[in-house]
Amino acid sequence: MGLDVENIRKDFPILSETVNGEPLVYLDNASSSQKPLAVIEAINNFYKTTNSNVHRGVHSLSQRATTAYEATREKVRAFINANLEHEIIFTRGTTESINLLAATLGKGHVHQGDEIVISEMEHHSNIVPWQLLCEETGAVLKVIPINNKGEITEESYRNVINESTKIVAICHVSNTLGTINSIKAIIDYAHEFGALTVIDGAQAPAHIPVDVQQLNCDFYCFSAHKMYGPTGIGILYGKETLLDELPPYHGGGNMIENVTFAKTTYNKLPHKFEAGTPNIAGGIGLGAAIDYIQSIAYEDIGKYEDELTKYGREQLSSISNLRFIGDAADKSAVFSFVIDGIHPLDLGTILDQQGIAVRTGHHCTQPLMDKFEIPGTVRASFAFYNTLGEVDRLVNGINKAVAMLSR
Amino acid sequence: MLSIDKIQDEIIADFGIFDDWMGKYEHLIDFGSSLPLIDDKYKLDENLIKGCQSKVWLNTEMKDDKVIFSADSDAVITKGLVGLMVHVLSNQTPEAIVNADLYFIDKIGLKDHLSPNRSNGLLSMIKQMKLFALGYTLKK
Repeated sequence: MGLDVENIRKDFPILSETVNGEPLVYLDNASSSQKPLAVIEAINNFYKTTNSNVHRGVHSLSQRATTAYEATREKVRAFINANLEHEIIFTRGTTESINLLAATLGKGHVHQGDEIVISEMEHHSNIVPWQLLCEETGAVLKVIPINNKGEITEESYRNVINESTKIVAICHVSNTLGTINSIKAIIDYAHEFGALTVIDGAQAPAHIPVDVQQLNCDFYCFSAHKMYGPTGIGILYGKETLLDELPPYHGGGNMIENVTFAKTTYNKLPHKFEAGTPNIAGGIGLGAAIDYIQSIAYEDIGKYEDELTKYGREQLSSISNLRFIGDAADKSAVFSFVIDGIHPLDLGTILDQQGIAVRTGHHCTQPLMDKFEIPGTVRASFAFYNTLGEVDRLVNGINKAVAMLSR
Repeated sequence: MLSIDKIQDEIIADFGIFDDWMGKYEHLIDFGSSLPLIDDKYKLDENLIKGCQSKVWLNTEMKDDKVIFSADSDAVITKGLVGLMVHVLSNQTPEAIVNADLYFIDKIGLKDHLSPNRSNGLLSMIKQMKLFALGYTLKK
């Protein structure tokens, strides 16, 4: 039946804000998406009616909080079609999920001379934790190159993954380029060599459905705040057998079974990896975000965002001297671009004056900027609440900025 | 040479004639482009202000007990802001620079650019300018 954007926009109170005297055009969704009222109210109601610590208290409020918080774990399981609820580990976000893996895989799974494979389009959070692991173990970081359109070709990953590969860590969707990678094929190929696969899914679930069993990835990491949920909570999905093999990451309350000064035994999954009081309100907000996405249906989101992508590409192409950075055949509604002779920071500043929020800079992908030999880009990233009219506002805003900046 | 506050008051008056943001930014960009550039020999990595999206070079010299600043940027708005700072603080005594209260940025409505989140390097540049001046006062 298609997406009713005007009604959806009413669910997001911030979209009716004005910025610098103009109606806000929010095109920085790849950084962080906005939150629907349902999420805001779920967090509010938790603090008003249920706030209490989880997993410990004997009192009713604590049990109510635990039930509400743990209900999200099941929602996440169903959302990404994981096999088991305890394969869902709550973290602070994608960054912490990847760091958890890099830290714990270093204790037994990775040794000197082993190879860890990433790609040229990775976010710093999917580069630096692996570099730390390499420094610690003597493993070697290998990088799959991308083509000029910003795609990983079959040939390129086949050239890099081999018998020495122990881990392949790749993004599902590139935050800078918008490229949707054929991760299923990469995962299958990595498994032929017995390598573990880690997917940085930060940019995916807001736009495309994720089925971890169909993908058969070993680990999948994502964040609530990029999929209409709150900041400070994210997910690490891992296959049960692998998570069981890994040592704990952080020590503290909740992650233990029994503590003595002589010997401590650890709690079962998922609690083994969840030391300390978790982000309870965040977990409840994440649950509400999943409910919200599921009330819309990915099919409609996909169709609508494809329309935005097609229109955005056409309209932006009409701007002279504009060059897209990343023009993959399969991409989400993210446009990174440069305009000859105009600094991205200047362009972003003048767009902001017009109420248009974009991101400028290297987007935490400096090696990618080096590949394209640019200092940074302007990035406009869309969500399903953006409109074709906002594409027009962006294009007009750019034209106005270019006229001012090339005086 | 005019005092730092006198120069700031002149800038405030100059910007006061624009009642919309476009005029103000165009004036800022024009101001930046009218500036004498930093000598290319000073466009060195060691003169780059770190931590900004735009490149900002700042060079400092001492001449007749006055601090001479020259600067440049690869972004035109940043260059305008940097130019204003140089215009206000250059050719002043180290003591005057250290003690300067840079109120003009707020008064001309560009205070947002001093936010650490802006990544234009302006805040770091002001710190750097004051640090140089402080260094000269200590040497005396």
